[in-house]
Amino acid sequence: MNAFGARVRSFRRAAVTLLIAAALYEATARSGYFAAALLPTIPAVVHTLWAMLMDGTMLQHALYTLYRVMFGLGLAIAVGLPLGILMGRIPAVEHFFLPLVSVLMPIPSLAWVPVFILWFGIGNVTTILIVFYAATFPMVLNAWSGVRSVNPLWMRAAGAMGANGQSLFWKVIIPGASPFIITGVRQAFLRSWIAVVGAEMIAASAWGLGWVIFDAKEFLNADVMLASLAVIGCIGFVFERLVFGALERATVLRWGMMRAAKG
Amino acid sequence: MHEDVPTASARALASLWSPTVLRDRARWRVAARTAFPFLVVGGLWEIVARMEIFPQRLFPPLEEVASALVRLTAAGILPHHAMETVARLLTGFVLAAVVGVAIGIAMGRSRRAEDIFLPLVSICAPIPGLAYAPLFMLWFGLGDFSAVLLVAFVSAFPIIVNSWTGVKAVKEIWIRAAQAMGADDRRLFRLVILPGALPYVLTGLRLGLAQAWRILVAVEMLAAVPWGLGWLIFGAREFMNTDVMLAGIAVIGAIGLILENLVFKRLEEFTVVRWGMMTS
Repeated sequence: MNAFGARVRSFRRAAVTLLIAAALYEATARSGYFAAALLPTIPAVVHTLWAMLMDGTMLQHALYTLYRVMFGLGLAIAVGLPLGILMGRIPAVEHFFLPLVSVLMPIPSLAWVPVFILWFGIGNVTTILIVFYAATFPMVLNAWSGVRSVNPLWMRAAGAMGANGQSLFWKVIIPGASPFIITGVRQAFLRSWIAVVGAEMIAASAWGLGWVIFDAKEFLNADVMLASLAVIGCIGFVFERLVFGALERATVLRWGMMRAAKG
Repeated sequence: MHEDVPTASARALASLWSPTVLRDRARWRVAARTAFPFLVVGGLWEIVARMEIFPQRLFPPLEEVASALVRLTAAGILPHHAMETVARLLTGFVLAAVVGVAIGIAMGRSRRAEDIFLPLVSICAPIPGLAYAPLFMLWFGLGDFSAVLLVAFVSAFPIIVNSWTGVKAVKEIWIRAAQAMGADDRRLFRLVILPGALPYVLTGLRLGLAQAWRILVAVEMLAAVPWGLGWLIFGAREFMNTDVMLAGIAVIGAIGLILENLVFKRLEEFTVVRWGMMTS
C-alpha cells in the first residue's frame, strides 16, 4: 500500500511536470514571437500526427525503418553472436579478430555512410549495412566477454558429471553467457536505432522515419518533424521496455542468472 | 634452478632467457600477433583493389589512401578538419558535462529537482540524438551553433542519468557516519557524496562522450559546417574521392581510439581506481 501510494505520488508529480512543460511550450508557441512554421502548437502537432497515422503514411515510414533495423540487427546477431562465442572459446580466433574489432569499433557507423553510398547506392542496402556495422560490435564484444565470464567451476562440475562437449556448450556455456548476450542484443538494438535514423537522413531514399524528418526540414514542416519524433520515441520505448524486458524475464531472470534491475 | 656454479657460456645462455629478454620477446610476439590480422585484411583489400573488380575510383588500393592521408596532412587540410571536429566535440561535451552533472546531482539530492527533471529526461532520452538534428537546424540555423548544441544535448542524457544514479547510490551509512562525526552539509557533499558518486559520474561522462562522438560526424554531414571530418567525408563523395573519404575515416578511428584509451582510462586511473573505488 505504501509503495503503491509512493508510486501514485510520483506519477502525479511527473504528470504535473509534463503539463507545466507542455503549457510553457504552448505559451511560447502561441506568443507569436517565433514563426508558427518553426514552433507549431501542440494541437497542430497532434493533428498532423493523427492525419499521418490515418492516411497510412506514418505506418509506411515506420515499417520501412523497422524493416531496415530488423534486417540489419538480424544480420549483426547472425554474424556477431557466433563470432563472439568463437572468440571466447578459441584463442586463435580471439587473437585474429580482437585487434580488428578494437580498431573498427571507435569509428562511428555513420562515418561510413558516404562511402557506402558510393559503393552500394542510395537505399535499403546502404541503410541496412550501416545498421549492421553499428550493431555488430556490441554483439561481438558482449558475446565474447559473456563466454569468458562463465564460471570455470561450472564447466569443471559439468565435465566431472560426464557432460560431453556438445552438452557442455548448450547446457552450461550458452546459459552462463546469456546475461551478456542479452545485454549485447539490447545495446545492438540501441546502436542500430540511432544508426538507422542517421543513415536514412543522409542516404535518403523515399521512405523511413529519419528521411521524413529530414525531408520536412526542407519545407519547414516542424509539425511533421515533431510528430515523427514522437513516433520514433514511442517505437524505441516499446522495444526497450516491452520487447527486451519480456525477453529478459523469459530467460535470464527466470533462470536466476540476474536479479531484476532496480529492485 | 641449477645448484652448480654456471659456466660463462651457460650464464650467457641464461641471460638470453632472463626476464627482461623474455618480456621483450613476449612483447614482440604480441605485436606480431596484433599486426597479423591487419596484414591479412590489408592484403585482401589490396588484392581486390588490384583486380579491379570495382572501379579503382571507388575502391582504391591502400597506398592511394595512404598517399591521400599524407598529402592532406602535409597541406594542413586534414589537421584543420580534425581540429575543428575535436573542438566541436569538446565544446559540446564540456557544456553537457557541466550542465549534466549539475542537473544529475541536483536530481539525486533534491526530491523536487527529481520530480521536475526525471519525466523530461525519460521522455527525451530514448529518442536517438540525430532525430533532433533537423529540428535543431530549423530552430538554430545551419552551422556550428546547432552542431555544438546538438552534441551537448545528446551527450547530456547519459551524464544526467548516471550522476543521478551515482548520488543515489552513495551508501547511506557513509553519510550517517560523516554526519555523526560532525560534517556540515558542504563538507558532507564535497568529501562524501561527490567522491562516492564519482565512479558513476565518470561512467556517465564516458558514455556521453562516446555518444557525442558517434553522432558528431553525422551532424557535421547534415549541418553544412565549413570544416570538420564529417564534412570532409561527405564533401569528398561529390567528387568520388574515395581515397580522401577512407583517409578521413582512418583519422576518425584514430581520434576515437585516443579518446577511449588515453583520455578516459587515464582519468579513471587517477581518480576512482587510485581511491580503490573501482578495479581497473
